Amino acid sequence: MTAGALPSTAARGAVRFKDVRPGRIVAWTLLAMGGIAMVMPLVVMISTSLKYPHEVYDLNLIPVEPTLENYLHIFQNTKFLRWFVNSLIISILTTASVVFFDGLVGYVLCKFSFRGRQVVFVAILSTLMIPTEMLVIPWYLMARDFGWLNSVWGIMFPGIMTGFGTFLMRQFFEGVPDDYIHAARIDGLNEFQIWWRIAMPLVTPALSALAIFTFLGNWTAFLWPLIATSNRDLYTLPVGLASFSGEFATEWEMVMAGASLATLPTLVFFLIFQRYIIRGVMLTGVKG
Amino acid sequence: MSGLYGRLSIAGKQAVWAWAFLALPVLFYVVIRFWPTADSFLISFYSWNLLGTPRFVGLDNYVRMWSDPTFWLVFRNTFEYLIIGTPVSIVVAFVIAYYLDQVRFAHGLIRALYFIPFMTTAVAMAWVWRWFYQPVPIGVFNNLLSELDLPTQPFLRSTEQALPSVLAPAIWAGLGFQVVIFLAGLRAIPESYYEAARIDGAGKWMILRRITIPLLRPTVVFLVVISSIGFLRIFDQVFNMTDGSGGPLNSTKPLVLYIYETAFQSYQMGYAAAQTVVLFTILLLITLLQLWLLRSK
Repeated sequence: MTAGALPSTAARGAVRFKDVRPGRIVAWTLLAMGGIAMVMPLVVMISTSLKYPHEVYDLNLIPVEPTLENYLHIFQNTKFLRWFVNSLIISILTTASVVFFDGLVGYVLCKFSFRGRQVVFVAILSTLMIPTEMLVIPWYLMARDFGWLNSVWGIMFPGIMTGFGTFLMRQFFEGVPDDYIHAARIDGLNEFQIWWRIAMPLVTPALSALAIFTFLGNWTAFLWPLIATSNRDLYTLPVGLASFSGEFATEWEMVMAGASLATLPTLVFFLIFQRYIIRGVMLTGVKG
Repeated sequence: MSGLYGRLSIAGKQAVWAWAFLALPVLFYVVIRFWPTADSFLISFYSWNLLGTPRFVGLDNYVRMWSDPTFWLVFRNTFEYLIIGTPVSIVVAFVIAYYLDQVRFAHGLIRALYFIPFMTTAVAMAWVWRWFYQPVPIGVFNNLLSELDLPTQPFLRSTEQALPSVLAPAIWAGLGFQVVIFLAGLRAIPESYYEAARIDGAGKWMILRRITIPLLRPTVVFLVVISSIGFLRIFDQVFNMTDGSGGPLNSTKPLVLYIYETAFQSYQMGYAAAQTVVLFTILLLITLLQLWLLRSK
């Protein structure tokens, strides 16, 4: 089979000289332009956050006199740093909990046989259909009655385990051979050790995907933290940003600096772990 | 105790371990998922302002919803987000993924450019876009329009343009996710199908219509459901771009914002709970539709 007989076969393979046709160049250029347009809002956001007020409404992308004044002002006059730390703590703790419990429950539902397994699995799976919005009123009442409002625990308790993660992990544990588990049992490991030391390391790709999504979901969560907090000291970054932007709504360079602070950590995270994140989306998207 | 455990069969020991591991999670799902769900249904039959004693009112909250013009407006808005948002984002994402799949030069870089907005915080982006939409001389879009001698637009200040203006950043932020899922779907189609089609003399258009699109069906169903649910639950963008009002004149207010207002600003817990039951029912129907669509094949 020669490339000449089937010219378009190469389309999905490596680039060859004869593939570089006008149509392809046009398609590539349009795609690249679209990609640049996609990140333009972020470029404008960051560029404006580095401008003095008098320059804000000019359309130039590179500030004439770049300054960190806006960031300084935010750190000195608002509780941004505090909100940032709150979000970080909540996101990290929740992610650790989700990875631990969803991993554990997914493993039990996959590798243990016991009466009631199917019921537990279906029950957990069915929680995927319950939207957060339906639960916030009872959660609010519960948090109020237990005194959990305006606390880190109050913000994070609804998310410490997820049906999605359990389902995902159960699917990935299917790929762990039962022989490994039997061998470990013969070696005298107890069931917890088998799970933690043998099974979990074998599903790292799924665990890292789950960790990334859980972190991102908690970092950006808005509705529940908005309801669960009224004390400014306990705001998460999105809630704090919303209240801060409301106050500074005419000083757009401040709002852009605040928005940049909320966005940059996840952008940097993406630039470093791009490969894992994209693979994680493909993994969970196709499987889920 | 250990003697008792030692006497158990292997299956018995397994069951002991399983339930030991599951104890805390089962408690969590019962208390934090199932009980609140049931509680929402229960509360929806009461009239309660959070302070006094709840008063049982039967189906009054649902009857009230039926004759509440704001509820119907909000209901309409919510579906408008879905009916514009889902097809636009899916079609655009497919076109991008279809061509991106054939591109090798700087493939990863271009994919990253489309994906980056997905990594952002909706609240932050709502404020960025809100600034873009401001009138001359503040907003970027109107400044660009006036620079090009085009008429400036009211965007968030018009009852007609506000909803699509709020929707745009939501579509923008989700597009990269859909592109990546489409790319995964496209790659899952075996190369041999394409080769066979080409040998049979099928052209590009024919291959797209007869092979690519039909084989992407599960991907499309998945994305339609995921993005429909996302648009039906839209909140962050609206709340932050309209000062929490869903204005102008409720023209952008979605169901979730109405629920939030009813529960946490007017403290009508029963009425708000009834609205969440409606939202739950709609989302359930969509999920069941997905299962049915994927099974019938």
